[in-house]
Amino acid sequence: MKDKIRDILSRLGKLPVAVDSLADDSDLYTAGLSSFASVQLMLGLEDGFDIEFPDNLLNRRSFASIDAIAATVEQIIATRKVA
Amino acid sequence: MNVMAEVRAESLVSRAQRVAAVAAQHAEAVDREGRFPREAVDAMIAERLLGIQVPAVHGGEGATFSEIAELCSILSQACASSSMIFAMHHIKLSSLVEHGLESAWLTAFMQRVASEQLLLGSATTEGGIGGNLRNSICAIEIENGVCRLEKDATVISYGDYADAILITSRAHKDAAPSDQVMTVFLKDQYTLERTHVWDTLGMRGTCSDGFLFKGEAPAEQVFPKPFAEIAAQSMLAASHLLWSGVWYGIAADAVIKSQNFIRAAARKSPGQTPPGAIHLANIANQLQMVKSNIVAGLKTYEDAKRDEEKLSSMAFAVAMNNIKICSSEMILPIINGAMLICGIMGYKNGTPFSLGRNLRDAHSAQLMISNDRILGNTSSMLLVHRQDTSLLG
Repeated sequence: MKDKIRDILSRLGKLPVAVDSLADDSDLYTAGLSSFASVQLMLGLEDGFDIEFPDNLLNRRSFASIDAIAATVEQIIATRKVA
Repeated sequence: MNVMAEVRAESLVSRAQRVAAVAAQHAEAVDREGRFPREAVDAMIAERLLGIQVPAVHGGEGATFSEIAELCSILSQACASSSMIFAMHHIKLSSLVEHGLESAWLTAFMQRVASEQLLLGSATTEGGIGGNLRNSICAIEIENGVCRLEKDATVISYGDYADAILITSRAHKDAAPSDQVMTVFLKDQYTLERTHVWDTLGMRGTCSDGFLFKGEAPAEQVFPKPFAEIAAQSMLAASHLLWSGVWYGIAADAVIKSQNFIRAAARKSPGQTPPGAIHLANIANQLQMVKSNIVAGLKTYEDAKRDEEKLSSMAFAVAMNNIKICSSEMILPIINGAMLICGIMGYKNGTPFSLGRNLRDAHSAQLMISNDRILGNTSSMLLVHRQDTSLLG
């Protein structure tokens, strides 16, 4: 999953640094993720994982690092399986 | 009870009304000469209004955004420049109150703001960033416990008159443009070299000149929290809500002037409804919409306060953006309607119905953080955020 997230991040995150140079727990905002790019990233993740982010997860923390994104995506997929 | 406690115990509103009376006396001169409203700001200090937002345990009065927005409205009915200075000071103070408690220095400084009634200025704008305050070019240098910063600040409102300036920059020399921090510099820790003069259509008393800022201070004066979070969780909301309080007051003053005009006409010709009366009904309706919108925004903020998750949510950011768009756009047709009612008496300067200053001051509203930028930001969020369609939610 994290490879896929990295792929989407490198296409849509518009980061000034290479995504490969970031650790899974690196702060993406510190790395230069802008608010506009973060929306593009969210759209890319929704498309890539065939999910929709509920409003309560649309906040900075959910997208603060690759780890945080993975946890957010997993949470949505898990909720869907239960439902 | 000592004198200080007596002054504090009186209602905030009556204290602001006394400041407004002083501001009104000098408003025309402040506007004409484009000078700092010294008398009004001195009156704010005498009434101890600069520290009211600071929690009581730190020497303030714990005033809420709603209370402060009400004071902004009272002040701007007398002098919008004075009111805007008051609003901008409290926007900066909100960063200290909401995010300063994790730092001993910032907490002590907040106490000083309350006890010494210090006026806080802001330097978030920079030449070359294209108006986006969430980007910086300049970077703070921190070395051996000392921070140094040089910034081409194209606007620092009342920069010459502030006791301290809260200034944004990149967090270090290799930081991305959006990786920002905010730092407090005290007046004796910086120099300002004027680069632009504030000679504008309206809001002339804010004296928002441009300066080359050079500062050096102990590194503990840097906010520990990233500026991105300060902006999202309190500063943008404080700006949109308190500015809206200022703008509402400008429009409310125009409505009162036109109502006075209509009432005088009605008294002169009993039995006849003055022709402009229908415009008055219309602008009173529009003013009520602006008011409802701001009150709803203040409630949204007070409900979300202290819930970091809610404050960082898109729903909250969209709501605050909408408040700003609505109040900044709606006040213009209101003042225009007032002008249609008062006619030449409103168009002329120096009559009890003069609307020139209201109109000119009001035009700043759409520009301070350009509405186009805000709408662009909202439209980008609406790609993922779904609008809450409930009426009360």
